[in-house]
Amino acid sequence: MNQESRLIPVATDQDVVRVRQLVRTVAVEAKLSLVDQTKLVTAASELARNTLVYGGGGTVEVGRVRSEIRAGIRIVFADQGPGIADLDLALTDGYTTGGGLGLGLSGARRLVDEFAIDTAPGKGTTITITKWCR
Amino acid sequence: MERVPVLKIGDILLVSIQIDMEDQVALQLQEDLAERIVATGCHGVIIDISTLDIVDSFVGRTLATIASVSRVLDAETVVVGMRPAVAITLVELGLSLPGIRTALNVELGIEMLARSRAETEVELDDEDDADQAAVTTS
Repeated sequence: MNQESRLIPVATDQDVVRVRQLVRTVAVEAKLSLVDQTKLVTAASELARNTLVYGGGGTVEVGRVRSEIRAGIRIVFADQGPGIADLDLALTDGYTTGGGLGLGLSGARRLVDEFAIDTAPGKGTTITITKWCR
Repeated sequence: MERVPVLKIGDILLVSIQIDMEDQVALQLQEDLAERIVATGCHGVIIDISTLDIVDSFVGRTLATIASVSRVLDAETVVVGMRPAVAITLVELGLSLPGIRTALNVELGIEMLARSRAETEVELDDEDDADQAAVTTS
């Protein structure tokens, strides 16, 4: 993450809205296409809600990144919640423990270019997503 | 908490979502609409999402639930005004909104509701005629 990242605590529904608005702002600044902005904001909305509902709250950090060949946006969702015991199952379309549609995690992964997840039972969950400018 | 207004226009309830809804606001809208359908006896609901720049799985599920609840209460729901980027994202997310009728704008949504209402009434009339015919021939 570069020097310009911004951190938002996620503890309420309102914070999820704030995450969406911040990601939208950064995506516009980074000149992502409209469809890519929409995909990234949607993915961020799903993951921020997971941080709140399943992780019991946490933080979302949004920043611009630059590789040798292109620029992009990286977002890190971190919580100190129960963690995910069976990651393969959690990433399956339609699987949910929370009464949702079970599309949050698996759907968000499809909407971004890079998706990394670091979790263990009792150790919380950290998800890092990246969307590159085309 | 903000609330999404529900307007009654003739036989239709019109909802235009103009804010970035918190999840609780979406759930409140679901309840408000069910109550207004019963209170007004309206047979059609139009939900305009043209100002929404994203529809995530929560909002998508809320729209689907509203459509199902409306149907049980004898009202048809049409979601109108979805932006192209939102449609692309929704499908990629894995949400194709089965069971939800859509139209490109409010005007076409109203036409769709009027057509489906007219068809329902024709069917009902046909059934009445059939009943009467059965009575007279017996």
